Amino acid sequence: MNIPAQPMATSSVSVGSGESRVSKAKDKVKMNAQDVKVFYGDAQAINGIDLDIYENEVLAFIGPSGCGKSTFLRCLNRMNDTIDICRVEGKITLDQNDIYAPDRDVVLLRAQVGIVFQKPNPFPKSIYENIAYGPRLHGLARRKAELDDIVESSLRRAGLWEEVKDRLDKPGTGLSGGQQQRLCIARTVAVSPDIILMDEPCSALDPIATAKVEQLIDELSESYTIVMVTHNMQQAARVADRTAFFHMGDLVEVDTTDQIFTNPQDQRTHDYITGRFG
Amino acid sequence: MSNLALIATLLVMMALAYHLGLTRSRAVAAEHDVRMHSRPGYYGVLVALWCGLPALAIFLLWSFLAPQLIDMLVTQQLPADLVAGLSDRELQTLLRRVTALANEQGVSGGGSPEELAAAGHMARLQTIENFSLVALMAVLVVVGLIFARRRISPNWRARNQVERVIMFALAASSAVAIFTTIGIVLSMLGEALRFFSFISPAEFFFGTVWNPRFSTAGASSQGDFGLLPLLWGTMMVSTIALLVAIPVGLMTAIYMAEYAPPWLRNVAKPVIEILAGIPTIVYGFFALIVVGPFLSSVGDLIGINIRTTSALTAGLVMGIMIIPFVSSLSDDIITQVPKSLRDGALGLGATKSETIRQVVLPAALPGIVGAFLLAASRAIGETMIVVLAAGNNPVLHANPFEAVSTITVTIVNQLTGDMDFASPQSLVAFALGLTLFVITLGLNVIALVVVRKYRQQYE
Repeated sequence: MNIPAQPMATSSVSVGSGESRVSKAKDKVKMNAQDVKVFYGDAQAINGIDLDIYENEVLAFIGPSGCGKSTFLRCLNRMNDTIDICRVEGKITLDQNDIYAPDRDVVLLRAQVGIVFQKPNPFPKSIYENIAYGPRLHGLARRKAELDDIVESSLRRAGLWEEVKDRLDKPGTGLSGGQQQRLCIARTVAVSPDIILMDEPCSALDPIATAKVEQLIDELSESYTIVMVTHNMQQAARVADRTAFFHMGDLVEVDTTDQIFTNPQDQRTHDYITGRFG
Repeated sequence: MSNLALIATLLVMMALAYHLGLTRSRAVAAEHDVRMHSRPGYYGVLVALWCGLPALAIFLLWSFLAPQLIDMLVTQQLPADLVAGLSDRELQTLLRRVTALANEQGVSGGGSPEELAAAGHMARLQTIENFSLVALMAVLVVVGLIFARRRISPNWRARNQVERVIMFALAASSAVAIFTTIGIVLSMLGEALRFFSFISPAEFFFGTVWNPRFSTAGASSQGDFGLLPLLWGTMMVSTIALLVAIPVGLMTAIYMAEYAPPWLRNVAKPVIEILAGIPTIVYGFFALIVVGPFLSSVGDLIGINIRTTSALTAGLVMGIMIIPFVSSLSDDIITQVPKSLRDGALGLGATKSETIRQVVLPAALPGIVGAFLLAASRAIGETMIVVLAAGNNPVLHANPFEAVSTITVTIVNQLTGDMDFASPQSLVAFALGLTLFVITLGLNVIALVVVRKYRQQYE
């Protein structure tokens, strides 16, 4: 991972990094959040967050448990809609279009902003059907051959093809935990989203499977914007271009990963990354 | 001494034994100045058990064996000329009369001198039996009490032993249900075999005519005992019931589990489950008085002849009755499907109904099939609705608008009214009952296997 070494502007939200990873323009804003607040019933979980997410970057959310990082992540493709008591205020845009606009089709939004969950959740279907589910849903393939291609390329992207190509008709639930998680990533990739959200994708995996998923994230960032929540600060340091630190429902600080870990501007960030709390 | 007084005395003795054990264990603790292995209460309980259980066991054994022994002794004492030429059943009747006389109850005809003599003999024997029982129990109580009390020492593991007694008590309770089932099956099997000594199994299982005649019509006209019309009727009514209950129940379950807001779910679920609590006889006359005539008039309207009491009427109402079985079980199973699977599908951009149809239901399918099978076995065993609304017409035909009869209805018919329990007309009920039992047992076993297979998926 190539993390920029030069000091960044201290302004916490808008970071105009010119050269983080080689050959990548990081200046195009893909998603933008303005004053986003989230309530569960009467309890406020997020207190007004402003954040830009750039195209093709890997952005990591870190922070202690219950700080709102997963909640905020789930706002980005409106997965919070599935929770009855959850209410979102503020504005989130994707390519300048408000995703909470009344006429916005949430189904298409989720095809554009895919999500991978904390615990691998393959469907109780075959490996092939797991991948083919999304493309079928959105009519991405007209013929069986096209679908086969999508399945193969998605599995290849997730680095799983070699391991499963001989047993595509076996149930996805029969794979190991790490394989299941990569299957879920392949499943998300298969609908060709612009952005992939990952909610602690490695927290249920062992170190070897974690390493594979991290390598995969690195490769995927060539073509996708990736936003991930992680509890593991080393992981953020390894894979993220930028890191955002959340605390008690506030976005405390966001900057290049290097800057956050070597020269945090906020005392809370400093305390957290040095292990004073969390 | 009456048995009730005996048991009451035994309980008083056990309470006393508890107290003795308690105080003794405290005394031992003080005497040795050590900590006892168990708390005093456990020593009390154990002494009480030693005091009460052997006596209770003897009491039960005695109550079971003694009357038989007395009957045997009395029979031996009966004058030979009285017993000679009596069949087993007549002897039984005689003994019943003697027993009644011995207990100073009246019998018809007042009782002959021989009977009175035998009754006097029996009364004497009963007195002896009663006294010896009391004496034996008293000895056991005292011996058990003394034995257990003397064993109290710091090392006696009263707590562990009480634990074992509790385990045996629990196992015995479970055994009650199991042995009852086995007993019912065996008795049905026995009576069914007696039936098959009149009618061959082939005739019963493959016969297409059901016309048993009345048992009073004489042995010459035995009648036809073909199961098939009844089995067919049962299947027809159950199938109609399932055709009603499965779609409605399943859709109810999906709505309740996935769409209904919590307040509606909290109100509607109990209301739906009330359907299962309505007595089936109420469904029966509802079918007979409301649904039957309604269907009949609808039939007139569209030009189909629908009988008021028909397979359709009974099946429809039975279907409504088993909706809660299907919906409640399916609801539980759908709710058990992990939220992560729903999130996975929603996260890929599936709509809610796509998620349910393509991910949730397939995942829950084995469990739902289990629910269907349980509902089916319920439908097959249902009686009251079909008695009233199916028309009792045991004829093999394929028209659901005509009256049919089912296995359960036929059992009711064969066992009501004046009857002779030795005739095939009554005994056939056991053969029918056994058939029904085997069918529902089969369905339940399949349901259990299917549900168990499903459970392994998420664990």
